[in-house]
Amino acid sequence: MTAEAQGLSELLEQITGFIYPNEIEIHWSILIVVYPYITGLVAGAFILASLVKVFNVKEVQPTYRLALLTALAFLLVAPFPLLLHLGRPERFYEILLTPNVTSAMAMFGFVYAWYLMGVLLLEVWFEYRRDLILLAARERSPMSWVYRALSLFSTDTSEAAVVFDRKAVRAITIIGIPSAFLLHGYVGFIFGSVKANPWWGSVLMPIVFLMSAIVSGIALVILLYMVLTAMRREAIDMGCLDTITSYLFYAVIVDFSLEALDFIHRLYQSEESVKILGKLITHKLFMSLFVLQILLGMFIPLGILVLAKSRKFNDDLRKLLYFTAVILIQLGIFSTRWNVVIGGQLFSKSFRGLMTYKMEVMGIEGLLTALVVLALPFVILAVLIRVLPTKRLDDQASTTGEPVVPAGAANPAALTRS
Amino acid sequence: MRIPEQIKRLTLVIAVIVAGALLARFYVIPRSLIAMDLHRASTVERELAKPVKLAGSTACQGCHEDQYVKKSKGFHKNLACEGCHGPAAQHAEDPGAVKPPAPRDRKFCPLCHAYDASRPTGFPQINPTVHNPLKPCIACHSPHDPVPPRTPQACSACHAQIERTKAVSSHALLTCTTCHGVSEQHKKAPRTAVPTKPTTRDFCAKCHGQDSPQKDPPKIDVSTHGGSYLCWQCHYPHLPEGRG
Amino acid sequence: MNKREFLKGLVLFFPAGGVLGALAGEVGAKESGGKEVGAKEAGGKPDGKADDPANHYYGMGIEVDKCIGCSRCVEACKAENDVPREPFFFRTWIERYVIKKDGDVNVECINVKGKGGKETVQDDPDVLRTFFVPKLCNHCVNPPCVQVCPVGATFATKDGVVLIDSKRCVGCRYCIQACPYGARYLDPRTKTADKCSFCYHRVRRGLLPACVEVCPTQARIFGDLRSKASRLVRFARMNKIHVLKPSLNTEPKVYYAQLDGEVR
Repeated sequence: MTAEAQGLSELLEQITGFIYPNEIEIHWSILIVVYPYITGLVAGAFILASLVKVFNVKEVQPTYRLALLTALAFLLVAPFPLLLHLGRPERFYEILLTPNVTSAMAMFGFVYAWYLMGVLLLEVWFEYRRDLILLAARERSPMSWVYRALSLFSTDTSEAAVVFDRKAVRAITIIGIPSAFLLHGYVGFIFGSVKANPWWGSVLMPIVFLMSAIVSGIALVILLYMVLTAMRREAIDMGCLDTITSYLFYAVIVDFSLEALDFIHRLYQSEESVKILGKLITHKLFMSLFVLQILLGMFIPLGILVLAKSRKFNDDLRKLLYFTAVILIQLGIFSTRWNVVIGGQLFSKSFRGLMTYKMEVMGIEGLLTALVVLALPFVILAVLIRVLPTKRLDDQASTTGEPVVPAGAANPAALTRS
Repeated sequence: MRIPEQIKRLTLVIAVIVAGALLARFYVIPRSLIAMDLHRASTVERELAKPVKLAGSTACQGCHEDQYVKKSKGFHKNLACEGCHGPAAQHAEDPGAVKPPAPRDRKFCPLCHAYDASRPTGFPQINPTVHNPLKPCIACHSPHDPVPPRTPQACSACHAQIERTKAVSSHALLTCTTCHGVSEQHKKAPRTAVPTKPTTRDFCAKCHGQDSPQKDPPKIDVSTHGGSYLCWQCHYPHLPEGRG
Repeated sequence: MNKREFLKGLVLFFPAGGVLGALAGEVGAKESGGKEVGAKEAGGKPDGKADDPANHYYGMGIEVDKCIGCSRCVEACKAENDVPREPFFFRTWIERYVIKKDGDVNVECINVKGKGGKETVQDDPDVLRTFFVPKLCNHCVNPPCVQVCPVGATFATKDGVVLIDSKRCVGCRYCIQACPYGARYLDPRTKTADKCSFCYHRVRRGLLPACVEVCPTQARIFGDLRSKASRLVRFARMNKIHVLKPSLNTEPKVYYAQLDGEVR
């Protein structure tokens, strides 16, 4: 027997009840848990960025560029877990060449391409174009050539051009919001459209996926903003932080309501699958659902946020509370993805039995690979931040708030813009 | 109208990308990689090219006419040759090269004939541990015409489970033929010469009615007991009242 | 850019776009020579009964009351189709149902070693009904597996058999998730999806699928729903027909007679 068969044989002992014999193998592993987590962060970070540009929430401005770069870094990594998971990764190009138009998975490839090229890269380019030109002038080669290429050899930093850039960013963000909804909603649809699986196949699935994505994205940007300002030894903008955490709070409320609705609805309707699903969550998903997703991932952060908003704590205590809340939320949303992806495969479609998922540690679909895939976006983000400044150039305000004027500034009038 | 410089540059880049993609898709990439009808056709080709491992019973008839005819008259007429002898297409191609095995040990026949409660009633089943232990099955039963060496006298030869159920019931001392009319043909063609079953309430009343000459059976008033339902719609005749 | 330059660009743009578009349209028309393999199936004509697959529409009938759970079908299928021999990959398998008087239902797959499947099952007075049910791919008319395959590697032929193109399957396993009947598995040797093919290579030669061939009690019936003289059509006439999970609207083509309500 091969090692794989040996592993599956061991799982035979761990089945409870009856399963169709082919169901013993859990096909979508931790990599497929990581994938919706990552695309969720992309959508959530972008929605946060859209708060600034479309809904004109000025307080959140300091995190705008960070949110964009976060979305880009995570979006670039998103295809990796999928590629690694394929049984025949060398044939991945077929999804692009001969996609089956009835398959959500195939169509997602195009949604992804649109979002990367038509929304995110375009928005990053328009947002950074002026700074790229300035940096190209300032830096030595080879970096100056890199900047020149990134700006597509553009040279116009005039007032009119910058105004055009800003309008373009706004227009792209307006298109980007439904695109972000489509990006992660589609992932939810990939699960939600599977009628064979009652844990997945539900109308609410894309919506719940999207809301939890927004929660995780906003929480991530808060986390990164706090870490970044601490690393740079800068003062954090508490107004910004307070505003974003308010939005986080609203998002968590909506997410919780949707998940509670799903739960109540299933329990009340009491369809045939309710018995085995009840066994699933009490026997197999108890820790990951009740403790991690609901208690640690939702109730406690909600409590912390309520506490931080209602009492007048000092800045340091608020920062500590926010930090704790966002870490717990990340844990909670990751558990949510686990509960959906792995949970949906732990019960038999005969509704009569439960299986077990043995996660390998090494191996192409193992824990180590998943951790590397999760760490990769942060590495990419670090590179991106080095290349693309998170603060608008010539606006690098000192703590006194006075703008700094570097030598060779193209247009002094640019100083007054935020 | 002055087109902003950004738009000019972007349009150029996008045009290059789109042109490159179109060129790649329609010119560089060969049709064989893309055309779905070609893929489907080649899949069917590959499927049809797969080797046939089971020849089918009619293939055996060509050379093994005797066994084939013998089998077609007996209880195993619907059992394919390869059900016992395994895949034999290679043997059909080149008889000398490969000989299909003929199972001779006691482990094989019980795969079908060992008693299993989930098997349909009346399917011939034995308990392999007590049924002539140590003797190979083929010593008494020719596999191509598996008639038992002696015609079974008791119904329990095939209907052992019913017999076991009845043996602990209040009907234990009743023979099967008390209620069922069985012809000798039933032993040769069990599914066609089917035994009869009682059809009226009066039958059970012969023992269980108030007027019955039998002393032991419990008595009921036939005219009122159980409305117009037939007796066995409530009472299982092989284990009445299910005690034990 | 001034007006002159703009107009020059425009003049070039439209013809260029037109040429590109026309070329694309031509190549596209050549490629879309039919979504499925129709009457013009290339090559590999089987010897003997070579006729148009579109004249047939295959299905299977199963009489639950005839199945004795001998698993000859499972063995024949594994031999015929080179199915991995590990005790959990099956193209077809047998389930045993034991329904007790108190309503308790116990189900097991008798082909999975080490998990029950004892040869003799003793009499149990609490048992109300007990029987065997053979299962396999249902070759649905409305197959969810075909719907979700991202590369179109699994498809339905004109004669009603759902096949897998193992040269194109990327191993994403979406079809395995989408099948409500657990009929699909990932072949560990090729890392592509695999399942019952109704022994298409036999059926097109006029032979029966291996499982139908070896069944000792004729519990499995294979036939052509379009044929006037078909065992399957008679089966459908003489028996009340059930299919598995009808509410999912997959329209399976494996028809069960005497199927118990407890079977999923």
